[in-house]
Amino acid sequence: MVEAMVEFYQTPLGRVVLDFSFCLILLVVLLLSIAFLLVADRKIWAAVQLRRGPNVVGPFGLLQSFADFLKFVFKEVIIPAGANKGVFFLAPLISVTLASGAWAVIPVSATWVIADINVGVMYLFAISSLGVYGIIMGGWASNSKYPFLGALRSAAQMVSYEVSIGFILITVLLLVGSLNLTDIVNAQQNIWFAIPLFPMFIMFFISALAETNRPPFDLPEAESELVAGYQVEYSSTGYLLFMLAEYMNIVLMCAMTTILFLGGWLPPFEFLGFIPGVFWFVLKVCMVFFMFAMVKAMVPRYRYDQLMRLGWKVFLPLSLLFVVLVGGVVTIWPDLIWADVPAAM
Amino acid sequence: MSFVAIAFYVFASIAIAGGLLVISSRNPVHSVLFLILTFFSTAGLFVLLGAEFLAMLLVVVYVGAVAVLFLFVVMMLDVDFVEMRQGMMQNLPAGATVGVILLFELLLAFGARSAEGAKSLEEIAVGQVSNTRALGNLIYDDYFLMFQTAGMILLVAMIGAIVLTLYHRPGIKRQNIAAQVARTRDEAVELVDVKPGQGI
Amino acid sequence: MNELLLEYLPIILFLALGAIIGIVFLVLAFVIAPYNPDPEKVSAFESGFNAFDDSRMTFQVRFYLVSILFIIFDLEVAFLFPWAIALKGLGAVGFWSMMVFLGILTVGFIYEWKKGALEWA
Repeated sequence: MVEAMVEFYQTPLGRVVLDFSFCLILLVVLLLSIAFLLVADRKIWAAVQLRRGPNVVGPFGLLQSFADFLKFVFKEVIIPAGANKGVFFLAPLISVTLASGAWAVIPVSATWVIADINVGVMYLFAISSLGVYGIIMGGWASNSKYPFLGALRSAAQMVSYEVSIGFILITVLLLVGSLNLTDIVNAQQNIWFAIPLFPMFIMFFISALAETNRPPFDLPEAESELVAGYQVEYSSTGYLLFMLAEYMNIVLMCAMTTILFLGGWLPPFEFLGFIPGVFWFVLKVCMVFFMFAMVKAMVPRYRYDQLMRLGWKVFLPLSLLFVVLVGGVVTIWPDLIWADVPAAM
Repeated sequence: MSFVAIAFYVFASIAIAGGLLVISSRNPVHSVLFLILTFFSTAGLFVLLGAEFLAMLLVVVYVGAVAVLFLFVVMMLDVDFVEMRQGMMQNLPAGATVGVILLFELLLAFGARSAEGAKSLEEIAVGQVSNTRALGNLIYDDYFLMFQTAGMILLVAMIGAIVLTLYHRPGIKRQNIAAQVARTRDEAVELVDVKPGQGI
Repeated sequence: MNELLLEYLPIILFLALGAIIGIVFLVLAFVIAPYNPDPEKVSAFESGFNAFDDSRMTFQVRFYLVSILFIIFDLEVAFLFPWAIALKGLGAVGFWSMMVFLGILTVGFIYEWKKGALEWA
């Protein structure tokens, strides 16, 4: 019986079935954790402001997100009269598809990765550069002024920080010599990259905030100026999908920070190695998410010209300088690369 | 038929259909969306060839950057596309000529390659060196001059973009952070002893 | 079917699953939720008054400039990726080759900065 199953899973069809079930499991776990991270986000925000936050649905308000989900589903779908209907619904769909698709390559532990492709970092970079489509399309298809302006701002903002994220990725890759995400984590056996590349770590974190339109860079939906930016005309599940995509992207950025700088699933100390890697990975992602939530609660919003100045005039030259520096160091002392990656890769 | 062959035909036919829809759809925004679809299926073809890096690069550069600009232009520039379409029949001969010349050149290039016996991707030992590294080994060393030429082209593009689009509205106040931070107490604050009932 | 392609299969599946979830959510609201639009409800949001003109207006050319500059820097990053991977084997030649390239583009960057193209407004 067991042998027959093993054999089946080696056939193409079996492989598809196996992969499909893995994807389904990861996606369900991801959606559930986002439901709770959403509550955590609101709770942390509330705690900083000495409020209670959601505390009615379920114990400590833990089930709030599920109640919200039901509420979204039961709300009327409103399609603006001047909207371009096809694009209007395509926009949230694209957002959520891309945001979830990026998770396929994330290595959760040394052996747990669904798609262990050679160019994992490039894939993530590509997917995150596509995130702008959902926003532009949503803003344009609504045919309304606030969404349009929000989409414009958002596009320019994401594009500006994309560049410095690219340069920061390069500094990490210089130390690793591989685009594979598992290799990147393995290269941090001796020291997490957050320590030698500390300025890059900080810049990546801030760029991640800007890339996901989180406060203090939430200008596209600055409610005092643009109501809710590109989401103004969306109601019901259309809005839900946008929000879901936004949080998926946030958690993805947390996971990327963990993998690139905080050693992924590696334990902080050798003697803690008996605890499975998944635990460390989830713990680190939650820590980074906590930082995201704290920044939201504590930092006032940037002005648009300040935001662009930070991206183009501070982060871009600084990260470029670091590419040159790290490149020089790697050239002069090629053996300085901490953990040796198999040369063949 | 193997799985790879099926995948190839799926991607190839989507790419061609997408390309046709780009030029035939009425709404320019739909055109750009179909263009993106074409780029994606081309990326799929690259993956099928084992050129993963090129596939990702295609998505990053063309879909993530170039098509965004296209979308910006068609969505937000007030161009009357219906009017532009009227001239389609007039431009057809010129367009067809360019297309035929391009096709001829492509055939020539392929002919030259196969006559010379250029290496296929599998021969460059994809299994041993990842194709990203294989590319890196070539570009910066063997193709040094071409690489620097690419840099020059980018420089020209950068300067050209600025020359064409940059203009400053007169009379705008800008924040000078250095000046703000450098301000001392002496310049900023003045203590005045105001007598009651007098004002300053 | 080779191993390399097998690694890409889950990505396709994952994207498909994401799309399915999205479609299910969208359809769910259409099926369950009430639907009775009226002219006021479906008009564009404009803080209470009727829209003056079409919202798809032309906008500042600076947004185009930003996206053109983004394309150029994105290409620069694209050239850096293989370099970062291969640098260990390339040694000094590869390093200086890239420095010349970056030097050329830095000239452009300085030009941009001096011209004020990076200033917003």
